[in-house]
Amino acid sequence: MTPLIELRKVSKYFGPVVALKDIDMKVYAGEVHCLLGDNGAGKSTLIKALSGVYPPSEGQILMEGQPVVFRSPRDALDKGIATVYQDLAMLPLMSISRNFFLGREPKRRWGPFTLYDAAFAARVAREELRKIGIDIRDPDQPVGTLSGGERQSVAIARAVYFGAKVLILDEPTSALGVKEAAVVLKYIVQAKARGLGVIFITHNVHHAWAVGDTFTVLNRGRSYGTFKKAEVTREQLLQMMAGGEELEALSVELELIAKKDPSAAAQVEQRVAEDLHKPN
Amino acid sequence: MTVKAQDERLRPITLWQRLLLRPELGSVAGLVVVFAFFAMVAGDSGFLSWAGTRNYLEVAAQLGILASAVALLMIAGEFDLSVGSMIGVAAIGLALLAHPSYGDLPLSLALLITLGFALGIGYLNGFLVLRTGLPSFIVTLAMMFILAGANIGFTKLITKLTIVSGLNDKIAQDPVARLFTGELLGLPAAVWWWLGVTAALSFVLLRTPFGNWIFGAGGDANAARNVGVPVRRVKITLFMLTAAAATLLATIQVMGLGSANVLQGQGKELEAIAAAVIGGCLLTGGYGSVVGAGIGALILAIVQQGIIYTNIDLDWFKVMVGGMILGAVALNNYLRRLSLQVRR
Repeated sequence: MTPLIELRKVSKYFGPVVALKDIDMKVYAGEVHCLLGDNGAGKSTLIKALSGVYPPSEGQILMEGQPVVFRSPRDALDKGIATVYQDLAMLPLMSISRNFFLGREPKRRWGPFTLYDAAFAARVAREELRKIGIDIRDPDQPVGTLSGGERQSVAIARAVYFGAKVLILDEPTSALGVKEAAVVLKYIVQAKARGLGVIFITHNVHHAWAVGDTFTVLNRGRSYGTFKKAEVTREQLLQMMAGGEELEALSVELELIAKKDPSAAAQVEQRVAEDLHKPN
Repeated sequence: MTVKAQDERLRPITLWQRLLLRPELGSVAGLVVVFAFFAMVAGDSGFLSWAGTRNYLEVAAQLGILASAVALLMIAGEFDLSVGSMIGVAAIGLALLAHPSYGDLPLSLALLITLGFALGIGYLNGFLVLRTGLPSFIVTLAMMFILAGANIGFTKLITKLTIVSGLNDKIAQDPVARLFTGELLGLPAAVWWWLGVTAALSFVLLRTPFGNWIFGAGGDANAARNVGVPVRRVKITLFMLTAAAATLLATIQVMGLGSANVLQGQGKELEAIAAAVIGGCLLTGGYGSVVGAGIGALILAIVQQGIIYTNIDLDWFKVMVGGMILGAVALNNYLRRLSLQVRR
C-alpha cells in the first residue's frame, strides 16, 4: 500500500538553527499517526513544511507516491492536506457559517454578479456540525460564542467537508478540559473511520495513546523513528519524548521526593545544583 | 415523556439577540438620540425644514462616500490617513487637467486620468504597507504629508497660486458634469452617489465572496491566508478603493464649486474614520458595517449642521463630535461584548 503522504529525509534550517534533520515519516489512509515531542522538538516546523507554509530545506515530500511541492497553504489545501492549527484559524467575531467557508466561499450567479451563497453556507454548516454532534441554533452566531472544544470540532468538520485526504491537527487537545478533549478525540477517530490519514500532533502521550495507530517521536529536530502501537508502550514513548535517560533520572528524583524524606530531598537539591554547574 | 428534538440547553433566539449581531445597532441608537435632540432644540428654527434636511444630507453625503470606503478598509484591518490629502491632490489634478489655461482636456478625460493617478497612489499605499510590514497608520501618515506637501509645491510651481479657479464655463458646457452637480427628486447628485456607493459596497461586503475575504483579512490575516484568502490582493484593492472614493468626492466638489484648493479635504481622513467607528467598525479590523459608516456620517453631519440652527456657538462642534465618538465607541464595545456572551 502506498502511503498517502511520505517524508523522505526532510530537513529544515533557519540560518544556523537546525529545526529538523532527516525526518522520515509515512502516513497511510485510515490511520492516526501521532507526532510526539516535547516543546521545541520540531513538531510545528514539520507541520508547517507539510502544510505549505514554507518548503523544507532538504528532502522530499511525496503524496500517494508522487513527489509534490507545496507553494502555499492554499496549494497544500487544494492537494488535500488540511491543517487545523493550534490557534484554530477561526475569527471569533465572524459567524460560524462564514468561518466554515472562509477562503472557499460557495458561489451563486446573480445576473452579472457572483454572490456569496449565504443560505447554502448556513445550511451546510449546520448539517456538518450536526453530523459531529454540535447542534447550533443559528449558523449566524459568532464563533466566539462557542467553547474551545466546539471551535476545534468546527475546524475539523470543515476540513473533512472540504475533502481533505490528510488532516493535520496541531495540539488540538492541549487547551481543552478533560471532557472537551474526549470529544475532540472522538472526531479524530471519526475522521480516521472515513478513510482520512490523520496526523495528530501532541505532547500528551495519554491522548495520543487513546487514538493513535502509529507514533513518531521527535526530539531536538531529529526523529527517534516510527513505531506501531504493538511495538511500544506508553512509558517508552514518554521516555523518548523527554530524551531518554534524563527522564529516568528525573523519575528517581521524583520518587525520592514522594517519600517526603527530608534527607533525600536535600540530596535531590544538591544533585540538581551539581547538574546545573556541570558543563553540558 | 416526549423525545425532545432540540437540545434542552438551547433557548430560542430572540429578536434582540439577532439585533445584537448587527454592528450598526449602536449607531442607529445614536442617530435617534442626535436627531431627537436637534429636533427638540432647533426644530422650530429650521432644522426640520426641507432646506435644513437637504443641508445635512449633502454634508453627510460627502463624508459618507469617503466613510464607506474607509470602513471597508478598516474592516480589512488597515487605515488610510492619506485619504484627506488625496482629495486635495485629486481636486487640483482634475482642475489643472481640465482648465482652459493648463491641460484643457475634456472633463471626462481629465477625470479618468485623475482617477488612474489616484488608483496608483492607493496601490502604492497598499504595496508599501504589505511589503514593509509597517502599520498602515504610519505608512499612510507619511503619505498624507507627502501628498499634501507635493500638492502645494506642484500647484504653486505651475500656477503661482494655491487655488485653481475659472472652471465654471467648462463645467457648464460639459454634460458629464451634470452627473456630479445635477439634482434628482429634489436631492443633489452627491446624495445619490452616497446612497449608490453605500449600497454597492455594503452589497460587496455582505453578499460576495470578496466581502467574506475582507472580514477574514481584518479578523486574522494569518488565519485567513492559511485557508487560502488572498489577503494581499484584498488589502491593496481596498487601498485603491479609498483613493477612488477620495477622487469621487473631489470631483463632486470641483464640479460644484468650479474651482479647486490645495487644502481641500484636509482633516477628512479623521472624520471618515470617526464615522466608520461610530458606525460600528472595530479599529483592530474584522468587524464593522458600511451602512453603519453611512449612519455615522449622517450623525456627524446632523451635529455639524444642526448646531447652526441652535443658539450654541459653532466652535463647540468639535467638542460634540469628540463626545459622540467616545460615547459611540463605548456603546458599540458594550453591545459587541453582549453579542458574544449572550449565547454561552
